[in-house]
Amino acid sequence: MEWRGGWSGERWVIPMASLDQDTLNRVDDDLLRPLMATSRRYFVASSLVGLIVLTAVAVFGYQVWRGIGVLGINRPVFWAFYITNFVFWIGISHAGTLISAILRLANATWRRPVTRCAEAITVFALSIGAMFPIIHLGRPWLFFWLVPYPSQRTIWPNFRSPLLWDFFAISSYLTGSVTFLLLPIIPDWAVVRERAHGWRKRLYRVLSLGWRGTPRQWNRLETAMHIMAVVIIPVAVSVHTIVSWDFAMAPVPMWHSTIFGPYFVAGAIFSGIAGLILAMALLRKCLHLEEYLRPLHFDNLGKLLLMMSLLWFYFIVAERLTTWYGNESSEMAVFWATQRGAFAPLFWIMVLCNFGIPFPLLAIKKLRTITGTVIASSTIVVGMWIERFLIIVPSLARKYLPYAFGSYRPTWVEITVTAGTFAAMGLLYLLFVKFVPIISIWELKVGLRATLPARAAWRQKAAPWSQCRDLRGRPNAGEAVLAANLMAKEPRE
Amino acid sequence: MKSEIDHLESKIHWGMVVDLDRCTGCEACVVACRAENNVPTAGEDQAARGRAIHWLRVERYWEGEFPEARVRFRPVLCQQCEAAPCEPVCPTFASYHNPEGLNAQVYNRCIGTRYCANACPYTVRFFNFYNPVWDKPLHLQLNPDVSVREVGVMEKCTFCVQRIKAAEIQAKAEKRELKDGEFNPACVQTCPPKALIFGNLNDPESEVSKLARSNRATVLLGELNTRPNVTYLERGSWSGEEGGPASAG
Repeated sequence: MEWRGGWSGERWVIPMASLDQDTLNRVDDDLLRPLMATSRRYFVASSLVGLIVLTAVAVFGYQVWRGIGVLGINRPVFWAFYITNFVFWIGISHAGTLISAILRLANATWRRPVTRCAEAITVFALSIGAMFPIIHLGRPWLFFWLVPYPSQRTIWPNFRSPLLWDFFAISSYLTGSVTFLLLPIIPDWAVVRERAHGWRKRLYRVLSLGWRGTPRQWNRLETAMHIMAVVIIPVAVSVHTIVSWDFAMAPVPMWHSTIFGPYFVAGAIFSGIAGLILAMALLRKCLHLEEYLRPLHFDNLGKLLLMMSLLWFYFIVAERLTTWYGNESSEMAVFWATQRGAFAPLFWIMVLCNFGIPFPLLAIKKLRTITGTVIASSTIVVGMWIERFLIIVPSLARKYLPYAFGSYRPTWVEITVTAGTFAAMGLLYLLFVKFVPIISIWELKVGLRATLPARAAWRQKAAPWSQCRDLRGRPNAGEAVLAANLMAKEPRE
Repeated sequence: MKSEIDHLESKIHWGMVVDLDRCTGCEACVVACRAENNVPTAGEDQAARGRAIHWLRVERYWEGEFPEARVRFRPVLCQQCEAAPCEPVCPTFASYHNPEGLNAQVYNRCIGTRYCANACPYTVRFFNFYNPVWDKPLHLQLNPDVSVREVGVMEKCTFCVQRIKAAEIQAKAEKRELKDGEFNPACVQTCPPKALIFGNLNDPESEVSKLARSNRATVLLGELNTRPNVTYLERGSWSGEEGGPASAG
């Protein structure tokens, strides 16, 4: 690939001569290939994960039919695997939209090949996580009683309940992140429309919503993206804070803590970046995107992950030290159960997975390679799942009156449904890459163009459209117009 | 809190006193409660998994080391807290505070989030993991005044609300006030050493309110400020010192 440039400062360096129409076409070819052709391996992989998802759905049906007693939950451990999955997947969802919005606002140009892949994780992880408050119910067929609507029961849901706050937080975040994902896809679907034939052309004509790449459309897209990027950050922060309040609002030892809001948000971003790195590595291998998702991206995300790992370690030290020093009897029962009691093996595995292994891998420059970051991310995903489990279960198992202490062991039902969530993530992602270019084509091209010395000339030409705003909201012709010209060069019907 | 205003307006505020100095740990109250309230049996296997339902349990703690060990009993039931942690967390108002100070549970509203049970510091809320079954002929002894709870629904001690309502209706029909001790919940009625006393806390002359003001009175986990309507009476602390709290396990 001709535009294989090095990284210098904050811009791609590309030999000017290489950015001709051939290169741009090759970008299209590379990124649209998964949409146009489907290999046998794809069918095998999607049937496999699809089968696991179907099994999990059937097992959930069994749970509804037999009663929730088929789970391992008991008194006093009323919440366990399902709520762990809920917190875990909502956490993973913080990869995408939040990271992407921050990188957009900071105008970090290396973000371009990463954002869509991240935003898709958000939407899928959030959808998976949001199922759990429903499927964990004793009577899941009545889940709609959580929704505020004027019903014949003449009773509203209880707005004092953190579960209601969850409902609003998650539905806002889901709406916002779906919008944030779909907006920049529109121009790409237009590219597909131009190149596809038959049913695909008809499909993408509908999906691209009449996108023609006029300056007016670009202007609106840029404005909308800018608004969404600003709005989605507080929403994302509030979502995981409210998830933490499901626990922190209850007077349960080691749940009832002021640190939980920021602790959960940090943990969410931490596991989210790890999930993103894993997804990127898989995409890179399976879709042959080595030229696009480069060591640089893994290196940069690795640095972010390193920072989050340190932050996570800081939070766990802050939480544990204040509890231990305070020496409150009911809290100490939970504390010692996790430090050196029944849950200690899990606790120390968690510390190893979230800090012990990733820290050297990410801190030492030589080790912060693609392989290094992928290993670190894998252990972090496991470690953060365990972290959520350790937040929920030990506190419930050691709650105040020793007579009512308990323990927990999952059953095959919970394990199957948990496996099903990971398969569902895979399945949704596989379907997504069939219908959407996983790297934003127009944003990538904008990035390529932006580095050309000819940029000044483009600006000159673009003078009439100077109302256009770039992603920082500055009134210059900037990237939007460049992209508009780029699109105009696309072959049309 | 709203509940405080409510019971100021109400003449009645139900409460119970548990005299730990009288309790012998015979568990007659536990049996009476099961029979009265259609509490299902979980079975051996489910009980081992921690799914047995006992609206009222007698906790047994040992003091000292064998052979100088001494056993102490503590009947624990729903404390009918004034500031109940289970109430605000319920998204469907299945757990709510009634004007007579009862921490009520509306089975039909419950969708089984189990949040109330997690929030309850006393672990006195019970979940129906399966639909209840009664081995024949036990189904013939079900109490017709008490609804049977289906799978996925939370349940707990109600202070025998069916008896409270029956007595109130009877008194209203006879156009008179309720008399102290006119009726009792099943556990109180059964207790051989009279360790359980039930009544109206808003009536300063009732036995329960006199006992609740006694200098032996203490509440369970008082440091959590749940303001229970169940008061425990005991002379001195469990370790034998005078005036210690009964809250520690």
